[in-house]
Amino acid sequence: MTDAPPPAIALIGISKAFGPVKANKDVSLAVAAGSIHGIVGENGAGKSTLMSILYGFYEADAGEIRVRGEPRRIRSSSDAIAAGIGMVHQHFMLVEPLSVVENIVLGAEGGALLKRGIARARAELARLSQEYGLAIDPDAIVGELSVGLQQRVEVLKALYRGAQVLILDEPTAVLTPAEADQLFELLRALKAQGKTVILITHKLREIMAVTDRVSVMRRGEMVAHVETNRTSPAELAEAMVGRRVLLRVEKAPRKRGAPVLEAAGLSVVDERGCETLRDASLTLHEGEIVGIAGVAGNGQSELLDVLAGLTQPTRGVIRLGGTILGTAERNPAHLRRLGLMHIPEDRQRTGLVTAFTAAENAILGYQDDPAFGPGPFLSPARIERHARAAMQDYDVRPLDPDLKTAKFSGGNQQKIVLAREIERAPKVLLVGQPTRGVDIGAIEFIHRRLIALRDAGVAILLVSVELEEVMALSDRILALCGGRITGEREAAATDERDLGLLMAGVSERAA
Amino acid sequence: MELVQTLAVILDSTIRLSIPLLCAALAGLWSERSGVVDIGLEGKMLIAAFASAAVAHHSGSAWTGLGAGMLAAVALALVHGFSAITWRGNQIVSGVAINMLAAGLTVILGNAWYGQGGRTPTLEGPARFAELDLPLAGTLKEVPVIGPIYDIAISGHAAPVYLAVLALVLTAFTLKHTRFGLRLRAVGENPAAVDTAGVSVAGLRYAAVVICGALCGLGGSYLAVSQSAGFLPQMTAGKGFIALAAVIFANWRPVPVLFACLLFGLLEAIAIRLQGVVLPGIGQVPVQAIQALPYVMTVVLLAGFIGKATPPKASGLPYVKER
Amino acid sequence: MSAAPIDLPRWADTALVPLVSVAAALAVAGLVVLSIGESPLEATTLLLKGSLGSLEGLGFTLYYTTNFIFTGLAVAVAFHAGLFNIGGEGQATIAGIFAALACLWLAPLPGLLLVPLAILAAAAGGALWALIPGWLQATRGSHVVITTIMFNFIAATLIVYLLVEVMGKAGSMQPETADFPRQALLTPIHELLAAFGLTMPSTPLNTAFLLALASLVAVWALIYRSRLGYAIRTVGANPRAAAYAGISPARIIIVAMALSGALAGGLAVNEAMGVQHRLVLDFTAGYGFVGIAVALMGRGHPVGVALAALLFGVLYQGGAELSFDKPTITRDMVVVIGGIVILFAGALDGLFRRLVAGVLNLGRGG
Repeated sequence: MTDAPPPAIALIGISKAFGPVKANKDVSLAVAAGSIHGIVGENGAGKSTLMSILYGFYEADAGEIRVRGEPRRIRSSSDAIAAGIGMVHQHFMLVEPLSVVENIVLGAEGGALLKRGIARARAELARLSQEYGLAIDPDAIVGELSVGLQQRVEVLKALYRGAQVLILDEPTAVLTPAEADQLFELLRALKAQGKTVILITHKLREIMAVTDRVSVMRRGEMVAHVETNRTSPAELAEAMVGRRVLLRVEKAPRKRGAPVLEAAGLSVVDERGCETLRDASLTLHEGEIVGIAGVAGNGQSELLDVLAGLTQPTRGVIRLGGTILGTAERNPAHLRRLGLMHIPEDRQRTGLVTAFTAAENAILGYQDDPAFGPGPFLSPARIERHARAAMQDYDVRPLDPDLKTAKFSGGNQQKIVLAREIERAPKVLLVGQPTRGVDIGAIEFIHRRLIALRDAGVAILLVSVELEEVMALSDRILALCGGRITGEREAAATDERDLGLLMAGVSERAA
Repeated sequence: MELVQTLAVILDSTIRLSIPLLCAALAGLWSERSGVVDIGLEGKMLIAAFASAAVAHHSGSAWTGLGAGMLAAVALALVHGFSAITWRGNQIVSGVAINMLAAGLTVILGNAWYGQGGRTPTLEGPARFAELDLPLAGTLKEVPVIGPIYDIAISGHAAPVYLAVLALVLTAFTLKHTRFGLRLRAVGENPAAVDTAGVSVAGLRYAAVVICGALCGLGGSYLAVSQSAGFLPQMTAGKGFIALAAVIFANWRPVPVLFACLLFGLLEAIAIRLQGVVLPGIGQVPVQAIQALPYVMTVVLLAGFIGKATPPKASGLPYVKER
Repeated sequence: MSAAPIDLPRWADTALVPLVSVAAALAVAGLVVLSIGESPLEATTLLLKGSLGSLEGLGFTLYYTTNFIFTGLAVAVAFHAGLFNIGGEGQATIAGIFAALACLWLAPLPGLLLVPLAILAAAAGGALWALIPGWLQATRGSHVVITTIMFNFIAATLIVYLLVEVMGKAGSMQPETADFPRQALLTPIHELLAAFGLTMPSTPLNTAFLLALASLVAVWALIYRSRLGYAIRTVGANPRAAAYAGISPARIIIVAMALSGALAGGLAVNEAMGVQHRLVLDFTAGYGFVGIAVALMGRGHPVGVALAALLFGVLYQGGAELSFDKPTITRDMVVVIGGIVILFAGALDGLFRRLVAGVLNLGRGG
């Protein structure tokens, strides 16, 4: 026991809060030297915060960091670099107009003039390229490289600085499967050279493919440490999502009506050129809730945005009430008039203007409604009356329409959005993350409202990272993975395990 | 011969008119490459012009005046840095403030100290930069073409002109070949990359802002202590903004900055020469059209109708560590 | 835009912070006065007496205030849409050209028609000169700050050309137009009051002041009481939410800039039609830039703009009087104060919020 080498990295009792949000709660972690250690968890589980603390981007409120058994204070990135820790960030820390070799020496130039340092970096680059099979043109402009090659530059940057421990934050989020496989090869090669790798991801396939041990985080806490070969994707999925007390939502059998919203072959390409939604087709019927199950970042947001008219699809057709929507009709104002309402995933950035009062936000999107004032004017009295009634109906607290929206709690902010969209008697309702950051009482309230709406014949599309919520509310569930719909289940005929596999893209169970 | 003589004279005045632009444009380039937008170049030049003229008058030394001009401009630059870097304030607002501050302060102080409506006393003798004859200027005079150009246009300028050229060379070299230059280029594009590489973003930006001030100081002092024989209210007359246009035109690169400044200087030289001249067949050329050209060209360029202006990606954005 | 959100009570946010920063700015100006060997106290007394101590002084003060209301509102409207319009000077210049053309070309018309038409022409000219940068920003992404700066200079050269070569008064060497027809002039307030049997000394204060007051109310109604104003504020506060709400940020940017330019045109109405009675060079005289200080200090709200404009009116008129008695303190002091106010209330807002928050917490703790 005494002879066992100390772990390459040990985190002991790390806590970190951002204002009222506790991102890390008493987190401990030991990473064995020369191993590949996976950290999994949903978005917002606290993985990135933990690694930012280890890399000196933030300082922990409490806790200790030990590197090879030595307690270290890591207060800045340079402390981390000095401790032999390197990090490949999710958003690359590269300077696009600069060349590969300039990016590599940045911060470690070795002298006031660049010439010598650059020459040394070139030689070192050639050596590293050979050792790990990382061919790269040192004079290429980084911005012109593919994402996979840019990531390679990030890895080389860390190695050039003598990193013994390499942290990779969601490294495959932007990679094609083939590029991801190449990356895994590289990680194995690093391990073979005695380096330690910490891999942060929410993709279970990767964990199973490449890691030796896995730690699971949920809501800022470390919930499990296991040997990879003693676990399964399903077990990990359960641990990630958690086994909270199952939400019981009373609901009558659905009375499914005619199809109202039909999408066929929708694809979306983002500004980076990545296809974030691929050939998605779905149909929403009156009086049903269709849930989207998926790990965050697998195309749910894009699906919502494209259906709500906030982005335009690169391919595909959307029908509303049987008629195909033209490009000009796919805008939020027109869709609202047609009865398609949208509760966006991010209420603070999209669904509300937090600098406005609750009353002002109660008409966002409906600012042209004649009910709110004569002609071109808006009547604050009418808006306030409307807002007060809606807030009363939805039990928004405090019941103060003149209060700035930023001052309401998350749950009450969400109720303001909900009241606004639901009270308009939608035909179709798109709902994103209805209960994210919302307290338990409000969750129940919101769930009951959505069910009531469904019973009244509204077609609802529900996107949520909370699998339980999707399961509790939906009549039918579609799983999304990598922008593709990987399966469809009747809610009554599936379970977490089954959905977890679909979400992880493990492949549809053979029929 | 006559033609060469004329060309040399035009080139000479082009250089004289370009130098203040070059200084201010290089200043803007330093600041903006580091990610700090500076529309206060004008104000910094103005305060430098005033300070240099006042100190040159009292000390009787043009060089002391230059030093004072640079110090004054650096002081204003630090005010900009304090609000833009330390307090992450709006950089445009801060720039406007600095321009107004300089425009008002120079006249108030000038009026209070000298009572000449804001002017400083006329500088004479060593209080003003003398024109330097470069070696061989006299000897080469007779060589066709090169001779007059060397003698008239290249030689015979005051020390700040050559200092400005030196600043250009140093700027180009530093940006390209030194550690500081590399970090500076990086911080204006992606400050987070510099931060994660363990280098202080604020430190780099303050350094750039100070250099910006010093160069504005050089340009402003040249105006007052070399081109003119003292300070006149509002003597920068929008040069700081033309310099801003030159930076955009040159796509934030040092050598093209020189050409943009020469071009704008040439336009000014032509405008001065054509004042009241009636050209055969065309009639009187509206001088104002030529004067407006740099501004019009900049708008057209910014609109992306010809070429494309791509500023450093992080310019204008205060650096905040992301959550 | 501010990095660290500092939570302040509403009254502190809207009133205390601007007051503290203006007080600090005046204190710095006091130091400048001290540094040139004058007594700030004496200067302040002279300044207040000169601007508010007599009906005549008050008339001048309100005449200057009129200019600051227009330019302050112009900046404020653009602010609400999240835009920084530094082009007030250029927009007012073009507005002046338009107004002059209207007054001179439409000279045969009776005043009842001519005055409103000329005012509309001024508004249209200002709107046009702001609309182009707005359109370039909305459709081509050209930064409105830089383009409005450039447009200031283009307008400045354009007016020189027009006054020297095209519209200049025949036989005059001055860069100015012929006098406007009598019926195109705005009535001075002292004449207006005389009609009611009230006497007031002759001052440049004219009915443009009433137009400015009406503009304050109109801008208030537009921004806080209209659907368009709602859309403008939404685009300014959160463009993403605006798109979600079916508001086109591009359209709003263009509209807001046009409105902003039209308001800047009010400066031309007051100066050309109210006071000079012809178009002269440089009539904008930096009012456009001081408008930025007015808008920042007034927190973009018409009430704040009105108070800030009055303060700068007092400083301008008081400064003019002061410079008679104390020739060392010229009116440029107002430009200095404007600069410091912009710096303190605008760029260093974070610092002053922190200071105020610190003091308030101290009070609470002790």
